[in-house]
Amino acid sequence: MTTYRTCPRSGLQFESQAEKLILANAVAGVVFLLLGGVLAIGVVLTRWPAVHWLAADTFYLVLTAHGLDMLIFWIIFFEIAVLYFCSSTLLRCRIATPRIAWLGFALMLIGSVTTNVAVFRGGSSVMMTSYVPMMAEPAFYLGLILFAVGALIGCFVFFGTLVVAKAEKTYQGSVSLVTFGAITAAIIAVFTIVSGAIILIPTFLMSVGIVKAVDPLMYRTIWWAFGHSSQQINVAAHISIWYAIAAICFGAKPMSERVSRGAFLLYILFLQLASAHHLLADPGLSTEWKVVNTSYFMYFAVLASMIHGLTIPGAIEVAQRKKGFTKGLFEWLRKAPWGNPVFSGMFISLIGFGFLGGISGVMMGTEQLNMIIHNTIYVPGHFHATVVIGTTLSFMALTYFLIPVLFKREMINPGLAKLQPYLFGLSMYFFVLVMMGAGTLGVPRRHWDLAMGGSPLAYEFPGAAYLMMGLVGIAGLMAITGGAIYIYITVGSLLWGKKLDVGAISQTTVPIPLVPSTLALEGHGSAGFAAPGTFALASVFLVAFVLYYFINWKYLSQVWGLA
Amino acid sequence: MSAILPPSERLWWKQPLDRVEGTWILIAFIWCMIMFAMMVGWHIYGKQNLSTETYKTTPEMYTAKAQTVVDKYTVRKETDKQIPVVHPPAGSDVYLIARLWDWWPILELEKDKTYRLHLTSMDYNHGFSLQPVNINIQVVPGYEHVVKVTPNQAGTFSIVCNEYCGIGHANMAGRIYVK
Repeated sequence: MTTYRTCPRSGLQFESQAEKLILANAVAGVVFLLLGGVLAIGVVLTRWPAVHWLAADTFYLVLTAHGLDMLIFWIIFFEIAVLYFCSSTLLRCRIATPRIAWLGFALMLIGSVTTNVAVFRGGSSVMMTSYVPMMAEPAFYLGLILFAVGALIGCFVFFGTLVVAKAEKTYQGSVSLVTFGAITAAIIAVFTIVSGAIILIPTFLMSVGIVKAVDPLMYRTIWWAFGHSSQQINVAAHISIWYAIAAICFGAKPMSERVSRGAFLLYILFLQLASAHHLLADPGLSTEWKVVNTSYFMYFAVLASMIHGLTIPGAIEVAQRKKGFTKGLFEWLRKAPWGNPVFSGMFISLIGFGFLGGISGVMMGTEQLNMIIHNTIYVPGHFHATVVIGTTLSFMALTYFLIPVLFKREMINPGLAKLQPYLFGLSMYFFVLVMMGAGTLGVPRRHWDLAMGGSPLAYEFPGAAYLMMGLVGIAGLMAITGGAIYIYITVGSLLWGKKLDVGAISQTTVPIPLVPSTLALEGHGSAGFAAPGTFALASVFLVAFVLYYFINWKYLSQVWGLA
Repeated sequence: MSAILPPSERLWWKQPLDRVEGTWILIAFIWCMIMFAMMVGWHIYGKQNLSTETYKTTPEMYTAKAQTVVDKYTVRKETDKQIPVVHPPAGSDVYLIARLWDWWPILELEKDKTYRLHLTSMDYNHGFSLQPVNINIQVVPGYEHVVKVTPNQAGTFSIVCNEYCGIGHANMAGRIYVK
């Protein structure tokens, strides 16, 4: 029989099997973050033209490993931990089939190690995207397939746990908004992983000689249904975490459940279409296909993100105003706990994701504008804003909450933890901006040498491009330092942090209590204007968005005619 | 109740919207529709739209066609490698080969004239990145992509490869002259 522990610091209840699984997945994720971070040093110090550190073959190897370890292994391990947390912990129930969940974990671990070994042996420097007909070792694909199967098992354990909670009546009514967001992430994950299997299995068979050829365009189309959609899991997951942190730090309730859940529903319906973003400059696909898919069917998923971008700070504002921070437009924000890394990390993540990641993403996802951006270093600029500032920084912020709650340890060096989101987040802001700047000057991504090896036809990149790439190097090193501090604090607290009170342990779960009806009737009402400060911030965002959008069109209108 | 607990109101979908939310959703929705209209409208009124004319091809078929044009319209040879500089008549079909690791041949076009530029790769994926104009097109092996281009400035333009294609990727360069 399993046991349930009630954390005395947060009131959350952890089932013992689920707790171990969350811990194992989160720790595995952090190990891959460490590996990916070390590899990042090689990437930035080579792309910094004045340093140009690694040899070409090593650079491409390191870049391949960096992409896989960060984008796939770190994030998905952590996401599985988040899924178990959002089901078992938030719904206060036992986790479904813990043994199968461990099997999933084992497959993910074996898969990620296999792929890494294949890459480090040197024969698989094909980048994360591994476009055919460029081939990696069979072990490269096999590892990814095993990892994907493991992650798929994790998703189904999550769904099973939802069924357990419902059947054993550990909650009444609907699941929490954060769990709802996690369901969104898991649904997208199933679509993502199945797409990955559809294309990676034939590619694996091709690498061992059973299948003769995989069509390069077919590969790109289906691979991106895996590659881009996996980033959409991240969006759904880290937005759920933002809602969770708003609830944890402020007791914030959603402004309206209907709007926030509706926005998640739009994600389920339309977010995956975005894999078309990567195919806008490709031959062979019709204009109609490109326009409908790249706009997530008329921008309905962008609409959803813009809604979350308002309702999360809006919920915080409403909660703060209730506490009496009502002066002017922004007292609620000024008086927010900026010294608490759980909050500061989340808020830096939200602003950076919206302003830098969101706006640049829509630019690249506009069919025609894509032509002046495709495969330049603007693209990694964009996705470091979404995946690093958005996802990774949110996961870091959540970790600071989990150290006392889940690890049951006192955080070592809280002073350093206070600084970490600022150092990491703000240097990533700068990193992303200079990368995008270099991209508009034509600097290509995944490129070893800006001087083009002295080739007789080489393009002489402008001095500004060299300057920007130098700044990318400096900002990158600062961000890596911020990442190292996160790992030091997390691993250090886990190993040497003072042990905290475990809390009461019981044999049965204590269901989530029913809310008294007086509280239940509390709504914001339609006549109010409950979050004027957030509305002002959102308006600034919109103005920036509109201006930058039309600047890009103006720029496009000046290039060569294409038809 | 907070976002990590079940909604306190069982019928949460009947909870009224706050005006902040309602107003923002309306504004965001209108902006989304404008962006969608912009993308469609540019296909009608704009001058920069990527063609979708594509044919399946093989390296042999494509090389033969490219060679015919090179034989016909080569005006001089450049660099130690004796790369032909091809000056095709305005409006004609122009062939560019992407391969490990160069763009072949060099093209010489005329300003404000339109050409049918054919692109394909002999081996891996490559990226046609025209600098300093910064027009970027994916080049996929097995697919012949025909793009109508109209250079609007004279000068020397470079083609950089911006799709990773192996160890020599960073040195892969090409050139287009516009007179």
